[in-house]
Amino acid sequence: MTMMQKILEILENDCNTPLEQIALMTDSTPAAVAAQIDELRKENIILRNKSVINWEKTNKEFVTALIELKVTPQRGEGFDKIAERIYKFPEVKSVYLMAGAFDLTVIIEGKTMKEVALFVANRLAPMESVISTGTHFVLKKYKDDGIIFDDDEKDCRQVITL
Amino acid sequence: MMNKEFNINDFISPTVANMQPSGIRKFFDIVNTMEDAISLGVGEPDFVTPWHIRDAGVYSLEKGQTYYTSNSGLLELREEICNYVRKFDLNYTPDEVLVTVGGSEAIDLAMRTVLSPGDEVIIPEPSFVCYKPCTALAGGVPVTIQTKAENAFKLTAEEVLEKITAKTKLLVLSYPNNPTGAIMEKNDLERIAEVVKEKNIMVLSDEIYAELTYSGKHTSIASLPGMKERTIVVNGFSKAFAMTGWRLGFVMAPAVLTKQLTKVHQYAIMSSPTTSQYAAIEALRNGEDSVKSMVMEYNDRRKVITDAFNKMGYPCFSPLGAFYIFPCIKSSGLTSEEFCERLLREQKVALVPGTAFGESGEGFVRVSYAYSVKQITKATERIAIFAKSLQEG
Repeated sequence: MTMMQKILEILENDCNTPLEQIALMTDSTPAAVAAQIDELRKENIILRNKSVINWEKTNKEFVTALIELKVTPQRGEGFDKIAERIYKFPEVKSVYLMAGAFDLTVIIEGKTMKEVALFVANRLAPMESVISTGTHFVLKKYKDDGIIFDDDEKDCRQVITL
Repeated sequence: MMNKEFNINDFISPTVANMQPSGIRKFFDIVNTMEDAISLGVGEPDFVTPWHIRDAGVYSLEKGQTYYTSNSGLLELREEICNYVRKFDLNYTPDEVLVTVGGSEAIDLAMRTVLSPGDEVIIPEPSFVCYKPCTALAGGVPVTIQTKAENAFKLTAEEVLEKITAKTKLLVLSYPNNPTGAIMEKNDLERIAEVVKEKNIMVLSDEIYAELTYSGKHTSIASLPGMKERTIVVNGFSKAFAMTGWRLGFVMAPAVLTKQLTKVHQYAIMSSPTTSQYAAIEALRNGEDSVKSMVMEYNDRRKVITDAFNKMGYPCFSPLGAFYIFPCIKSSGLTSEEFCERLLREQKVALVPGTAFGESGEGFVRVSYAYSVKQITKATERIAIFAKSLQEG
């Protein structure tokens, strides 16, 4: 594993890891790590630092839906143009080009199921390239981005064992 | 005629009665009363067993695989063990492998199978606490070697030679080492192997931490020329695959000796836990990536924690194996036990006094890094405060 990959893995796991600690883990110096991180930001490899939040534990009203889209690719532009038209909507959280039974996965967040359904009906379905849509609502998130939301595996070890 | 009054103590074997309980009892008693202490004192992985391995155990129960296995262990598992140990340049066949209840049973079995009353067993210290009692229980006589910090706690051929007598039967090697984190490299082992062959003794090599080596691949003494036939290798699933609670290990020795080991195992244990054996098959077949990622994580922590202790003024040599560091706390002016007791009372951090692992552990403490970096950082910050308070008197 290169130093760059190692730094990225450490930051992906915890973006607040101190430079000194990353330097120790990569057998490097804090200055060299800082320079490497700057470079990764300039190259848009590190895009942003975010927190993973379990919104279900708050009183925020929201609903998440996963939309399967079948679309017609456009000459010379493939799926990119239609994907761009979709991901520019602020309601759209993620867009993935898929291999398989449909072409695009679109993840949408809204306040209510009706709001999401209307977004699909009024914004996505009428698009020229869209052949069909299939909407699935998320009822509960168990794990997101590798993080289990209600992880009940606690440290049950004895305080001291030899 | 008066019957002699019953006294239960008369019925306890003197060998067992004279055996010291493991570690330093007084310190452990205090630890157990401190519920909110942060511990860096545990000798087992913090990782839970990887899910695919647990799932295989659960699946074996669902299928009703709840019976004894053969005394030696499932043939399928012993075949997988033979495939697995080839990574350490060890070539064994299933009839040279016995599946045991953890590495601990394997050590006990080996001692009982090999030793006759009065046979001497050379045990380098600091080391895991079971070798001396197991020797004594088998009627043997423990002869310790105190390895030194200036040798990075490695064992030297000269030290072994010095202790060998006509009664010496077995040399215990326990590397990567608990508690020091020391390893023995190939050239270190080659010199020991020469002495062992010349003096015609056997080796009991406890390699339970073999996977946790951070400077290249672990070398087993049994892989050196002429050593397989005079070595009993102990290994297991506890440390590498984070499977301590499954209680599964194995011992490998020449077939003639394995047959004898199996007899003792057969009468004492019958067979190792069946569920654990099925889970272990999965561990060996598909667990390599899990092991690699745990080892990488340990290695990161090792660097962070070593640096923290060096900065506190408690130097430790760079430990290259297991998941322990063994910093020297002599500059504190306290004994190991005093240091740990005061640290526990004043900053609520639990470490293990080096003396729990032998006399040469005096002046050292065992610090485990089988904890998250966050917990290690929190604990080392408190230890640094303690160190400073000692300096300021």
